[in-house]
Amino acid sequence: MSIFVNKDTKVLVQGITGNEGSFHTRQCIEYGTKIVAGVTPGKGGQKMDDVPVFNTVKQAVDATGANASLIFVPPPFGADAIMEAADAGVDLIVAITEGVPILDMVKVKNFLSTMNCRLIGPNCPGIITPGECKIGIMPGNIHKKGSIGVVSRSGTLTYEVVDQLTKLGMGQSTCIGIGGDPVNGTNFIDVLSAFQNDDETTGIVMVGEIGGSAEEEAACFIKENLTKPVVGFIAGLTAPPGRRMGHAGAIISGSSGTGAAKIAAFKDNGIHVCENLGQIGRICKDVF
Amino acid sequence: MKIHEYQAKELFRKYNVPVPEGTVAFSVDEAKQTAMTLGGFPVVVKAQIHAGGRGKGGGVKLASSIEEVETLAGQILGMTLVTHQTGPDGRLVKKLLVEAGQKIKKELYLSLLVDRATASIVIMASQDGGMDIEEVAARTPERIIKVYVDPLLGIQGYHLRQVGFGLELPGAAMKPFSGLLSNLYKMFVANDCSMVEINPLILTSDDQVLALDAKVDFDSNALHRHKDLLALRDLDEEDPMEVEASKYNLNYINLDGNVGNIVNGAGLAMATMDIIKNAGATPANFMDVGGGATSEQVENAFRIILADEKVKAVLINIFGGILRCDNFAQGVVDAAKKTGINIPVVVRMEGTNVVEGKKILADAGLNLTSAVDLSDAAQKIAAAVK
Repeated sequence: MSIFVNKDTKVLVQGITGNEGSFHTRQCIEYGTKIVAGVTPGKGGQKMDDVPVFNTVKQAVDATGANASLIFVPPPFGADAIMEAADAGVDLIVAITEGVPILDMVKVKNFLSTMNCRLIGPNCPGIITPGECKIGIMPGNIHKKGSIGVVSRSGTLTYEVVDQLTKLGMGQSTCIGIGGDPVNGTNFIDVLSAFQNDDETTGIVMVGEIGGSAEEEAACFIKENLTKPVVGFIAGLTAPPGRRMGHAGAIISGSSGTGAAKIAAFKDNGIHVCENLGQIGRICKDVF
Repeated sequence: MKIHEYQAKELFRKYNVPVPEGTVAFSVDEAKQTAMTLGGFPVVVKAQIHAGGRGKGGGVKLASSIEEVETLAGQILGMTLVTHQTGPDGRLVKKLLVEAGQKIKKELYLSLLVDRATASIVIMASQDGGMDIEEVAARTPERIIKVYVDPLLGIQGYHLRQVGFGLELPGAAMKPFSGLLSNLYKMFVANDCSMVEINPLILTSDDQVLALDAKVDFDSNALHRHKDLLALRDLDEEDPMEVEASKYNLNYINLDGNVGNIVNGAGLAMATMDIIKNAGATPANFMDVGGGATSEQVENAFRIILADEKVKAVLINIFGGILRCDNFAQGVVDAAKKTGINIPVVVRMEGTNVVEGKKILADAGLNLTSAVDLSDAAQKIAAAVK
């Protein structure tokens, strides 16, 4: 088992003919992901390698039965692409696009609350169930099939964690990057509860960063609802307040969103805290 | 993107959000001319910099005659204003806002911002205006009114009433306040603001409401659809090295330590700064070259870090994903050839095409120290600056 995606997930790619879209589509196919269609308005009827391209998501879903979408469109069109996928009845939407305006995401989030689908991202590396399905931009080769669930707000930081796990022999059930934007689709709590309900996941690594209060809320949720061990890490303990650290969501405003508050919330709620990224693999080895 | 108070007030006027009469002045003469058009005294002379706490720092003064305007404008223009938000170096004041003084009955607080948790626009208001709102929130949270607006629905009459009655405004002020808040909401949405704050919003002796201060922050990700707002950016208010980095789409923040660092990805970059600190050294910057950086961007990133005089050593930490290690290594080599490296550089590279990347670095014959993993990198960089 795994969460959200597996070997049967049928994926369409929005923005498949762009530079990033075509590069990562090929990487996903090479990994074994079932990419069944692509969408680029105006290029319907063409092919990207062997993948048929459609003008609209609706056409792609009707023709291929795709149930997940991977989005690479430029940021001004990000919100539209997500809503188009939701409207076409796609179950899972993974938005890689970085830089979607926050008021666009606020609208998207409220629109999606009326639909029966899950959004991961935007501004995220995507989701991978090792050995089965990769919907995203993460390097597939550092992953290994196993029983640790990984959830993170960051991309390369997740690769670092996964790499240490794999090198120490701990495989992963599913790894999810939920994205670094202040308003996003799937949050920590959604993923944590899915890991709790997944028989194959025996331990969880949660990687957070400064800004907002999602980590604090997740920590309370863990204490009340999770029986599986959780190792937690927070990036940005040395970040100065009031500065946006790359990710739109990684900003300490006033006294809220500090790394210290998040670490304290982790400790108060029984999460095993890793304070030095270089040690996270070893700490996981001890805990799991 | 932040703008000045005078620019924010011009935007307010465009949306019929009442503000005191006044204009920006770049010289003492201009300040005097403006003061004379205001039709009476007192007038307020306010330093225009992108930081709060200007009043406490001595950048906001009341003048009761034209002579006083001349004296105060002369003092404030050209002064280095230090506030709790500028850091110890302060900011050079290059412009003033000269405004008509007001008869204040009560000072209120009003702001609009995007609430992450509820994905809505939240209106925050308080009767305790003129004070640090963080402090009010910490000490007397019951004195803060929060009203959440569904962005698909937009602002409704009941939202306005909840805020207006919550502030215990006198009956006569209710209508002007509703107009102000409704217009402020329109402005927020139409311009992709991420924050609008009025502190204080004043109730005048004749029950009018007026924005005495104005702070506006725009969502940088939305500026592509607001080309007109780009003209409001003031590069003088930004760190020159950060301006340089922004030309190449590098996420760079200048800090005060001595260990420069270059990383791909914001999360890993933050974690790398933490690792430097853990090892007993201090980061000189935050530098995220991004997931898909080109070798040209890497070259510029390295050049900017090497040009920073306080940097005594550099840690490069790359986890190749979309960014391939060989492309990255080429950028480092190109930069090193152009500027030369005369400080210790520790490189830790992992991920896509790492073997090719390491070969490029080795073949270039540069004086680099390689690290096998993060812990090793941290120790080596800390030793280098000791």
